[in-house]
Amino acid sequence: MAPARVSRIELAIWGAAVIAVACLPLLVSTYSVVQITVFLIFCVLAVSLDLAWGLAGLLSFGQAAFFGIGGYAYAIAGINDVTTLGSLVAAVAAGGIVSGGLGYVAFYGRVSTMFLAVMTLTVTLILLQVMGSTADPSYRIGEAVLGGYNGMTNIPSLGLDVPLFEPVTLGPEGFFWMVGGLLIGIVILGRLLMAAPFGRVLAAIRENEQRAEQLGYDARWRKLAIFSLSGAVAGLAGALFASWGSFINPEVFSLSQSAQVVIWVLVGGRGSLYGAVLGALLVQALTQYLGSMGTAYTTLALGALLVNFVLLLREGLLPAIFRLVSRSASG
Amino acid sequence: MPQPVPRSDFLSHDAAKAQQDSPPLLETRWLTKDFGGVHAVAGIDFRVRHGELRCLIGPNGAGKSTFFKMLAGQLRPTRGAILFDGREITALPQHKIARLGIGIKNQVPSVWDGLSVYEHLWIAALRRNDARAAAGRAEELLVELGLGSVARRRVGALSHGERQWVEIGMVIAQNPALMLLDEPTAGMAADEVERTAELLLIVNRKTSIIVVEHDMQFIQKIAGTVTVFHQGRVLVEDTMENVLANARVREVYLGSGRAAG
Repeated sequence: MAPARVSRIELAIWGAAVIAVACLPLLVSTYSVVQITVFLIFCVLAVSLDLAWGLAGLLSFGQAAFFGIGGYAYAIAGINDVTTLGSLVAAVAAGGIVSGGLGYVAFYGRVSTMFLAVMTLTVTLILLQVMGSTADPSYRIGEAVLGGYNGMTNIPSLGLDVPLFEPVTLGPEGFFWMVGGLLIGIVILGRLLMAAPFGRVLAAIRENEQRAEQLGYDARWRKLAIFSLSGAVAGLAGALFASWGSFINPEVFSLSQSAQVVIWVLVGGRGSLYGAVLGALLVQALTQYLGSMGTAYTTLALGALLVNFVLLLREGLLPAIFRLVSRSASG
Repeated sequence: MPQPVPRSDFLSHDAAKAQQDSPPLLETRWLTKDFGGVHAVAGIDFRVRHGELRCLIGPNGAGKSTFFKMLAGQLRPTRGAILFDGREITALPQHKIARLGIGIKNQVPSVWDGLSVYEHLWIAALRRNDARAAAGRAEELLVELGLGSVARRRVGALSHGERQWVEIGMVIAQNPALMLLDEPTAGMAADEVERTAELLLIVNRKTSIIVVEHDMQFIQKIAGTVTVFHQGRVLVEDTMENVLANARVREVYLGSGRAAG
């Protein structure tokens, strides 16, 4: 599992990540920058799941739902002339509120971990149906027409539009920096949270909830807090995604999307946040590569990958590498 | 005319009386647990005073574990009440029971396998302390428990006895007014049992303790009063010597046929 303290190596990783994000747009084509941006958005989504699953042991198949809700919230607010930054905040809030509501029912109702996974998946698929049935133009919120399976288009792109200041539009590079900065910021804050007393108590709850409660820690609100936070971060990722393509449709609530987030974290290894980032980057790169060879292979290869990880490398890539390195260092 | 009682006498008399009558630290009133038609615990009135080290014994199925689980808030009684320091705690959630000052050690070591020994003690102490004070307390306890050499090891990698000690250490770190220990020496080697007995006697100077145990030698080392359970009721409550000499206790432990003959 994750080291309890933030180590020096991590400081170096953070520094390297900042430099990489700062320099990358200067080195590669704009097309690549746009591509890598969406990868980083998926990294934010993967990190959001790892906050709940890796730290607190709460496996959620609903990350795609919170992501989609964030995306729709951003789109609806943006199309109704809310500033884009305001829309971003609305998306974060929407993700946090919906995950908080679900979490409240699950944790205060003492629903088991397995049922939490089932519950979140069910809600996601319900959302897929519901949003898919909004094709009639009468389904609109203010100016925003929901559009059924066709989704919503012409979503405003994220800019720096604070009231009273001249709005600044972000080009592809600017948006890349923003997404990269947010990802790094979230990972750093997440790591600090994990090392803080709140995070350590959550780790204890993950390992044995009754023991934590017998020491006087109320597990319920702590799980609710991390689950809401996780949903809020997923909502943020959804808003960034909607802004990235100026488009969102109910596909974000599909089964393959829900499963994909879990696969990212599973492959990269949970509990460190870095594993989630690594997993999202690797799997997405692989998906894209395979996609260029024909769609049938993509699903097949992803399935094979998942099966292999579950059977052979259960802990995920990063913890396995970490163990190899520390073993060769000590032996 | 009645002579006024000398003040000092009056006080000491009163103090002695207070000792007798002071509200017990823990009390159960007609505590009952039914499983289907079976009375696992059948209306037990039980009292533990401040500072006591009480052992609960009894043959398998006597109801002591069920009784213990009700005290610990893990089982809801069918009837009856549990009072801690005069306050009713029946069916309170476990974290609230802990916050009132009751520390619990479960029968099967219940620890956080993925976390280090140090973290266990630190997190246990953290409930009542800030992070730095908790760290100090954890360091102290590592020395007291002799776990210093494994402080950074994952608890999942430790031996059964060590895991028991980690859990006992957590309960101590909690600084409770009352410790409930369910078979703390289960699976321990003889020298570990010895050390545990010594440790509990030290802890008992400041903390009241209730122990469920099977190991008679261990009980002889530590117990003040022993409560013997039988068929969901209290059979005898006395010193260990008297309990061992008690014919009815022998009867339930050895079987009625032999005792009668």
